[in-house]
Amino acid sequence: MGSSSGEEGEEQWVPPSRRPELADVAPLPQADGPCPVVSIAYRGDFREVMDYFRALYAAGERSPRALRLTADAIHLNPGNYTVWHFRRVVLEALDADLLLEMHFVDQIAESNPKNYQVWHHKRWLAEKIGPDAANSEHDFTRKILAMDAKNYHAWSHRQWVLQALGGWESELQYCNQLLEEDVFNNSAWNQRYLVVTRSPILGGLAAMRDSEVDYTVEAIMVNPQNESPWRYLRGLYKDDNNLLVADNRISDACLKVLNKDWQCVFALSFLLDLLRMGLQPSDELKGTIEAMENSDPETGHADIAVAVCSILQKCDPLRINYWSWYRTTLSS
Amino acid sequence: MVRLSLRSSRPHGDTARSRGAQRSGGPPASAAPMDSSSQPQPQSPAAGGDPSEDGAAAELPRLTVTQVEQMKVEARVADIYRVLFDAAPNAKSVMLELWRDQHVEYLMKGLRHLAPSFHVLDANRPWLCYWMVHGLALLDETLDDDLENDIVDFLSRCQDKHGGYGGGPGQLPHLATSYAAVNTLVTIGSERALSSIKRDNLYKFMLLMKDKSGAFRMHDGGEIDVRACYTAISVASLVNILDDELAKGVGNYIASCQTYEGGIAGEPSAEAHGGYTFCGLAAMVLLNEVEKLDLPSLIGWVAFRQGVECGFQGRTNKLVDGCYSFWQGAAIALAQKLMAGSDEQSKQSQPSKLSSVDDSCGTSSSGLASEKSSVVDYAKIGFDFMKQSNQIGPLFHNIALQQYILLCAQVPEGGLRDKPGKNRDHYHSCYCLSGLSVSQYSAMTGSVSCPLPQHMLGPYSNLLEQIHPLYNVVLEKYEEAYEFFSSE
Ligand SMILES: [Zn+2]
Repeated sequence: MGSSSGEEGEEQWVPPSRRPELADVAPLPQADGPCPVVSIAYRGDFREVMDYFRALYAAGERSPRALRLTADAIHLNPGNYTVWHFRRVVLEALDADLLLEMHFVDQIAESNPKNYQVWHHKRWLAEKIGPDAANSEHDFTRKILAMDAKNYHAWSHRQWVLQALGGWESELQYCNQLLEEDVFNNSAWNQRYLVVTRSPILGGLAAMRDSEVDYTVEAIMVNPQNESPWRYLRGLYKDDNNLLVADNRISDACLKVLNKDWQCVFALSFLLDLLRMGLQPSDELKGTIEAMENSDPETGHADIAVAVCSILQKCDPLRINYWSWYRTTLSS
Repeated sequence: MVRLSLRSSRPHGDTARSRGAQRSGGPPASAAPMDSSSQPQPQSPAAGGDPSEDGAAAELPRLTVTQVEQMKVEARVADIYRVLFDAAPNAKSVMLELWRDQHVEYLMKGLRHLAPSFHVLDANRPWLCYWMVHGLALLDETLDDDLENDIVDFLSRCQDKHGGYGGGPGQLPHLATSYAAVNTLVTIGSERALSSIKRDNLYKFMLLMKDKSGAFRMHDGGEIDVRACYTAISVASLVNILDDELAKGVGNYIASCQTYEGGIAGEPSAEAHGGYTFCGLAAMVLLNEVEKLDLPSLIGWVAFRQGVECGFQGRTNKLVDGCYSFWQGAAIALAQKLMAGSDEQSKQSQPSKLSSVDDSCGTSSSGLASEKSSVVDYAKIGFDFMKQSNQIGPLFHNIALQQYILLCAQVPEGGLRDKPGKNRDHYHSCYCLSGLSVSQYSAMTGSVSCPLPQHMLGPYSNLLEQIHPLYNVVLEKYEEAYEFFSSE
């Protein structure tokens, strides 16, 4: 756990007790009681900073020295939401420079990219700064995502900035780039879904669906074992089962994949959903399923959905309980 | 006993070709307050090395970061399982033991003293209490009275005078630490513990945390998300202060977080995630608004999160992680209970039709909550949920999950972890054990009163206490608290 805290290269760190500006402050120890539990053996510097922080927090002092002390406390433990909260109160009282504050929190966020508080603080700041913050915020999340392309907080922040402050122009291209780098990156697929459904410049899902189906089917063909595009494909027809069933490209894709690998669980399960939604199986499809079943004389079902489900029970043993249940939900 | 040789272990080369990578790089950003997993090290695609050594290497496309990370984990897990499958039967049984004494020792030790490095959890101390106390309760280990009283005193010091619990004495009240504190006190269960909760203030605090959308924010000026909604609703239900005013709008917010994948995200448009899926579904059950979710697609998404390693991943194409044994395992166990018997269609059904203010206990519910008469009797939802037995079997592979927890998540010195190669911590110890309990009891259907040996992996002495999956507290403790708060 990050025990090194002061990488900021500040000259030489002076403990609060030796700072002239805090000479009049009486440190306030934590009220842990005589028999504490989950008692942390705080290091001296941590205890001291927090004792001084508590004193100013209790007094509600909204001053530059209080602001400086919150920075110390945050460096020692960026997860202390009370300190962040008080810092926001002080910042507002002092009418502080928001860009400078953004710089401060960015530095903390870079070394603590999975911390709830830093991202919340950034959102608070960006909201105050307004649309001018959009570009620099997008640059920042790009930087964090370049280190970990699936950082949940960074993605949430990026989505919030897009929807609240804008900056949609190159977002689809960014998704393309990330998926080119790693087509298994489900966060990038999820972001693509946001862009396709919500971007004010692309015309929404109805306008984008056709080209997105092509893009997704291509990704599936290159790597049928990648679950992300299969789920994305279903998402493109969310709440529109009839259109999904009517799109031949999709059942064709399933068939094509199954002809190469008849045990592809994603293709079988997609096909099962299609059948359940009312897909009328083509003769070719029927032939393929029957051929699969014939490899196992035990089975042999009149209902093609039941047949697919029983194939899944066999070739997806990890989900045998799920498929057994699923089968009971098929009316036959 | 173990019939999972099927696909749990595979030689490296074969894995590379046949599985591609269903799972991906980087430890999950946990939905829980603190997942102390370290930062992922981005790898260049070439860094994988070993997986592409076989004859097909030339035909393989360039491997992505996701694939490389996934194959490393699969190989590591496969090594562990291979030892199991090659072992003699009696050695197998030893390997599959739950190391109770070691886990108890690890959890007990932390309850008193923690090393300086824990300063990063200084704003999560009620969570530390909960992870340890709940873990010990699952192991049926009782605390001595002094320790129990000291925990109650400590949590009282975290309780704000205007309501709610903060991360330590004097810290701002926070919904997640309030959840941890209340669950800890319920688990301790003494009169002193339960009556230390200032319910009137807690209720006022929760109302203040409610956003105009209906969703909750974590603390004054804090973030709004599904986790905040769950912790608020769970606590309110547990201490019997849930009413229409607290409930208003929460269900619609949670429903708006269900994604095209089927799982639930932390906020609208974000990615489906195991932690938030549990939180969202559990809250919806407690609100009696499950029908606002697409339950079949949620179930399908969770079922697919269990992977070849036998454990659960938190998101599509991410790595397996022991803590999702609970988040995903409990989510699918909740869904299992919501499903009617097999002869019905897969229509989602509520466990019980809850009529207006019906009061079979003879005492009217809390004075706080009953000011306005509720259409829904929130007081009984959690209780009735557990009175309804499972009508169908588990929807995930309950034995495989136990295998992952016992073999890949246990640390010999005590405590449990995310995955092989990671360090133990209290958070993962709590949620791996919670997940183990869920999987042990998940196959109980009809009138069966305890798990059958064939539904458990390893010796029967592995059996943990049963939890109430809506709150994640030990069921017996829940029932005592329910009695206490219904008559308050
Ligand atoms: Zn974890």
